[in-house]
Amino acid sequence: MKWVLVALMVSATVLSDLLQSHEMKRAGEQSVSARGLARLLHTIARRRLLILGVAGNAISFFTFMALVQTEALSFVVPASSASFVIETLLARFVLHERIGVRRTAGTLAVLAGVVLVGG
Amino acid sequence: MKSAALKTYSVLLFFLALKAAGNSAMALGMKQIPEKMSMDPALYLHAMLNPFVAMGIAALILALLTRMALLSLADLSFVLPVTAIGYVIAVFLGKVLLHETVTPQRWMGTLLIFVGSLVVGSTARNTTPPMGDPE
Repeated sequence: MKWVLVALMVSATVLSDLLQSHEMKRAGEQSVSARGLARLLHTIARRRLLILGVAGNAISFFTFMALVQTEALSFVVPASSASFVIETLLARFVLHERIGVRRTAGTLAVLAGVVLVGG
Repeated sequence: MKSAALKTYSVLLFFLALKAAGNSAMALGMKQIPEKMSMDPALYLHAMLNPFVAMGIAALILALLTRMALLSLADLSFVLPVTAIGYVIAVFLGKVLLHETVTPQRWMGTLLIFVGSLVVGSTARNTTPPMGDPE
């Protein structure tokens, strides 16, 4: 059961981040002032894929909560970092981001760090 | 171009502050609740009545919106590693505020995240052309 929950958590995180990144780039640059946040809420309400992305966040959050109730945090945190690798690959091939040597090296260092912190 | 980068890093700092404040408030509030959480939604609703949990949820919702604003300014492959610096802040807050024991392995992981985030932070924040589909 725990691997089903891990798969659900990682899939929801990946889908949510991809949708949010894609839709937010389409929506244009946003700000975090009071007016900017109100505009952002308006943008979310008008974009179905963005709503789906937020729903993915919620699924990921509650699956994480369910996992930490039965499994050790030292298992759940490194397991959740699988989304890091998948998302970086999809950012390259689906979102067409340019990921050079420096960004790859930094991302791998962060990934190793997350595994050590959680382990 | 310089002001766009400044805006990106300002939004990033705001996100990290909200996330740290939200997680700390949630941790503090959840420790004050005697019931063990289960699949019963009523328990979660009851937990939300705790002021620290309520403040934590509000800060985390604001953090979610701020992260979305950040994704409008920078690549996903940039945002993911640089926001992982939140783990570093969590370790420091755990050590300083909650007096948790931090093992050498965890310090090593924290250092790797910090260095990795700095390396990614030094790359171009946005490598895709504008899509231009504002509503």
